[in-house]
Amino acid sequence: MSELSRLDNDQPLLVAEGLAKNYGQLAACRDVSFSLYPGEVLAIVGESGSGKSTLLQLLSAQLAPSAGCVSYRMRDGVLRDLADLGEAERRFLFRTDWGYVHQDPAQGLRMAVSAGANVGERLMAVGWNHYGRIRDTASTWLERVEIDVGRIDDAPKTYSGGMRQRLQIARNLVTEPRLVFMDEPTGGLDVSVQARLLDLMRNLVSELGLAAIIVTHDLAVARLLSHRVMVMKGGRVIETGLTDQVLDDPREPYTQLLVSSILPP
Amino acid sequence: MTAMIELANAEKTFTMHLQGGVELPVVRGVSFHVEPGECVVLSGPSGAGKSSILKMIFGNYRCDGGRIGIRHHGSVIDLATAEPRQVLSIRRSTIGYVSQFLRAVPRVATIDVVAEPLIANGVVREEARARAGQLLRRLNIPERLWPLPPSTFSGGEQQRVNIARGFISDLPILLLDEPTASLDAANRAVVVELIAEKKTKGVAMVAIVHDDEIRHLIADRIVDVTSFAAAA
Amino acid sequence: MNAPTYNFAYLDEQTKRMIRRAILKAIAIPGYQVPFASREMPMPYGWGTGGVQVTAAILGPQDVLKVIDQGSDDTTNAISIRKFFGKTAGVETTTSTTDATVIQTRHRIPEAPLHAGQVLVYQVPIPEPLRFLEPRETETRRMHALAEYGLMHVKLYEDIARFGHIATAYAYPVKVNARYVMDPSPTPKFDNPKMDNCPALQLFGAGREKRIYAIPPYTTVVSLDFEDHPFTRYRFDAPCALCGAADSYLDEIVTDDKGGRMFVCSDTDFCEQRQAAGHHGALSAAPHKEKAHV
Repeated sequence: MSELSRLDNDQPLLVAEGLAKNYGQLAACRDVSFSLYPGEVLAIVGESGSGKSTLLQLLSAQLAPSAGCVSYRMRDGVLRDLADLGEAERRFLFRTDWGYVHQDPAQGLRMAVSAGANVGERLMAVGWNHYGRIRDTASTWLERVEIDVGRIDDAPKTYSGGMRQRLQIARNLVTEPRLVFMDEPTGGLDVSVQARLLDLMRNLVSELGLAAIIVTHDLAVARLLSHRVMVMKGGRVIETGLTDQVLDDPREPYTQLLVSSILPP
Repeated sequence: MTAMIELANAEKTFTMHLQGGVELPVVRGVSFHVEPGECVVLSGPSGAGKSSILKMIFGNYRCDGGRIGIRHHGSVIDLATAEPRQVLSIRRSTIGYVSQFLRAVPRVATIDVVAEPLIANGVVREEARARAGQLLRRLNIPERLWPLPPSTFSGGEQQRVNIARGFISDLPILLLDEPTASLDAANRAVVVELIAEKKTKGVAMVAIVHDDEIRHLIADRIVDVTSFAAAA
Repeated sequence: MNAPTYNFAYLDEQTKRMIRRAILKAIAIPGYQVPFASREMPMPYGWGTGGVQVTAAILGPQDVLKVIDQGSDDTTNAISIRKFFGKTAGVETTTSTTDATVIQTRHRIPEAPLHAGQVLVYQVPIPEPLRFLEPRETETRRMHALAEYGLMHVKLYEDIARFGHIATAYAYPVKVNARYVMDPSPTPKFDNPKMDNCPALQLFGAGREKRIYAIPPYTTVVSLDFEDHPFTRYRFDAPCALCGAADSYLDEIVTDDKGGRMFVCSDTDFCEQRQAAGHHGALSAAPHKEKAHV
């Protein structure tokens, strides 16, 4: 499917309705509802403790909501409530149709296993059983994320931070997922490495027509990667809209504060 | 109605929460329309709200009242109330925006920066690059610069790259924010030519131009923004 | 003679029942690791406490017991365990694979084909084949439950990437009855094909890890591999120096401090039977190299 037809698709890929999560008295996330369409990139911004990471975990079914539900359109076109999926189905979704890029690559990679096997694992998990083909596909993906194929047999513990993050992206995209969750994907990287990674992600997202939900506290990341932004504060979504609209014409006091806190380039 | 753009009583106010909630009314009662093949130039002194109106038509600034009707895929969509994804769809296939400043995409070759809007709309890469090359040549960007990213270029060169990127597409509406600001006479003439070509193709345009000479060359109608100035 | 202070086969009857229940469950779910309340045995962990408990639970007075360690009937571990059951259960013991009804083994499957009615009891140090790649027990159990075995191929992939072929030579993972991936204990992969469709019952006991699993008779056991790197087994490319066998698994014996060595069958019973039948080896040192054995 071309990017165009994906973007004009009228059926939402993921629908959140009235999502809430309480930890005892603390409401980490309250009444979040939105729809995400195929090929759409949504950034969730807000400062530490605003509930954005909790929301990401709710959306990716890693955490059960206290109220509300998340539905996802499976590859067969049927919208299913994630809470109704069996564990096997949910895990299958996680290693085929979804990707999850962690802030800390050590959480998303097998650090002691070679880069090739890190990328190939998802393929082997869905039954690929031909070493040569697995390795070829892994090489192609290393090239796409700009990692020297000569390092395919090195373990990521020998990689730099930026390379690890790119490897994590390759590992996630090899099964051609339709939705990728990213938790502060550029956090902890120095600025020049961040720029390269952002550029790469931007291209991959548009080439593959990926839908993505990106949690970030960095508005520059949101501007570069996302179509839409949700601003969170105190567990609530306080402002939402087109990325350039929210960032150029912020309406809420908190959003204005966030935007005005960016140092001019 | 055949108008491509129809504004009716559109208004915009900034509320500066960080300055104690000061209300900054920008424009009010903005009403005009633009027909296919027509170039409307907004006039008025600095700070009158010309750029704000352009940004509202692009959906970059939110509209606080009234309506901004855009003809998109044969029907009229009100940008003041449109869903974000409708706005995106409009930007992809209906409205183009040529600003003064190139938002440089790092590491991408100039030729690809220019070709990108066509590729995004489904044109084959080779053809898109060929058309990008023609446009760059007309705008006097030497071919040896094409493979380089534009971030290293001079201000005038960057602006011409940006113009090429803005004019390459076949979008039915173009918004031009000072497209000739820092260009020399020869290149200004090229831009005037490009605008005339767009008119013959039926493209509706809204422009902000400070240069009187250019304004006379391109404007079919002039809308004076001072009349929309919101009384503070 | 039965020592009066011990119950038959050392363990009390309640414990044996508990272990038998675990064994029955293991047989019912081939390849699945059944947890059991492993007891302290009068020997250190790593000396076969799991295998000994399984043997104790299934042994009857009529059984004939054989115990081997790396194929050999006459090493310390094998002799100790044989004596242990001789003393606590008073069962008949043997070194003959064919005559035994219960064979407890460490790290080998006998060369002579097993027959129906026999039970092969393996001593297992680490029952979890996914352990070295996934340290969390909760996670490995979930992977077994959902048959998510991609990770097992990651290990084989790493072998090929590093050595050009699947270098795992022992504890080579197998899939049992097309469902559970299982660690066959540290037997050489040379023995893997013997597990497939075997007429004997195969029981695995891990004492320290408290797991029992089983392969019922005539069950499909497939060694994992890649289409373009199929499973192969290896042996030293030499006939046995004592019996001349060209198809048995060989041990390397260093004979002096000048580099002299010889290769002999690791299965001592097999080797002795052949020698008794008149086969003789060259008693010479062989080149140190391995060859695929078809």
